[in-house]
Amino acid sequence: MPAYHPGSELLMDYASGALPEPVALLVASHVSLCRACQGEVARLEALGGALFDALEGEPLAEEALDRALARLEVPESLEAVAPLPCGGRTDPRVPLPLGDYLESDLDTLPWKNRGGVGEVALLTGFPGIRTRLLRVKAGAALPQHTHEGAEYTLLLTGGFSDDTGHYRRGDLAIADASIDHKPIADEGEDCICLAVTDAPLRLTGRFGRYLNFLARL
Amino acid sequence: MSFEQSAGLETGPGIALAGLGASNAQGRRWPPRVPEDPLPDCVPDDLVEAIARRQDREAFKRLFAAFAPRVKAFARRRGAETQVAEDLAQDVMLTVWRRAAQFDRRKASASTWIFTIARNRRIDMMRREARPAFDAEDPSLQAEAEPSADESLAERRREGDLRRAVARLPETQSQLLRLAYFEDKSHGVIAEELDLPLGTVKSRIRLAMHKLRQMLKEDE
Repeated sequence: MPAYHPGSELLMDYASGALPEPVALLVASHVSLCRACQGEVARLEALGGALFDALEGEPLAEEALDRALARLEVPESLEAVAPLPCGGRTDPRVPLPLGDYLESDLDTLPWKNRGGVGEVALLTGFPGIRTRLLRVKAGAALPQHTHEGAEYTLLLTGGFSDDTGHYRRGDLAIADASIDHKPIADEGEDCICLAVTDAPLRLTGRFGRYLNFLARL
Repeated sequence: MSFEQSAGLETGPGIALAGLGASNAQGRRWPPRVPEDPLPDCVPDDLVEAIARRQDREAFKRLFAAFAPRVKAFARRRGAETQVAEDLAQDVMLTVWRRAAQFDRRKASASTWIFTIARNRRIDMMRREARPAFDAEDPSLQAEAEPSADESLAERRREGDLRRAVARLPETQSQLLRLAYFEDKSHGVIAEELDLPLGTVKSRIRLAMHKLRQMLKEDE
């Protein structure tokens, strides 16, 4: 059972559909690994249902019902366009919601090496939001950094530690501008996580400031 | 032959929710067309199940009348243009038709189920706008691992209590909850609009949630 959870505000934003897709994907992935949050989300969704029931509807265009009725008999396969890739479903390490977004299991994804950290970009159509799978070698350290916005990291394999705690599979680490950290991966197993940042990382270490400067050019 | 006709021929009269799907424009088949509501006691849960069991178009029409305008309102409040909101309503109701067999009244009410479909399909539609090549099935419909049957039942019983509790909340608190659920606004924007400090909005939403929890405990 994960030890680090989304806060109640984040769960409510997820349940109500207020989150952008990358963050919603991350929360859904945590929830699928966390019995406690499943219960909470079910309650928040039921609250959404109750509020939805009380919502005053907006009248539809006149022919809306006829349009809908006409579509009932169209086979779904004729309407569906390209489905999500769904390649990650067979990998037991990948939470179900995330599996739909991956081309393949974790090992055969097209990892790109960026300064010792493996990276696969996902959901690239969201300006201002970066969604990535990150893979850090067992025992390796990331450069010290802080963030301009929020960074959400969901642990899938292995673990890592920083000043704020020790994170393992299913745990959600949330860092914002106030956190200046230097995560170190656990020994034994590569650390793979789903990371969503809503602003570029700001590197703060001695070496980091230099990289940061380069990144802005 | 339409679904309506085939359903009527195969099941005949006397089925649960008698009359669903057996009426037609000519009114020749059983039961005869009556002026008053043919399905007076059907709650939305029954209607979704009628679709699941025998692709009941009459049940669909009723669900459509009840929920499509709410889906449109939901989309509009989340900032969608009128046409996009209409499309979402179509899309959600079509999903209700196709996925009706997945509905389980022991887990959630039809309103909650349809609300979560609206939420998920809206995300899909926004993705389609952002990335035309990346169209979607509904990934989030199978998002969560299944809770045990006991847990689902307990959740479902609580849902009625929750509904009553929401109705008893003071208007200022239910207004905040509606804003949090149905406006595409962060707590920060809500604070600006209500001319309240952000901390106050957050604490009031927390307070409303706390109050709901308390009312639910009292009901137990």
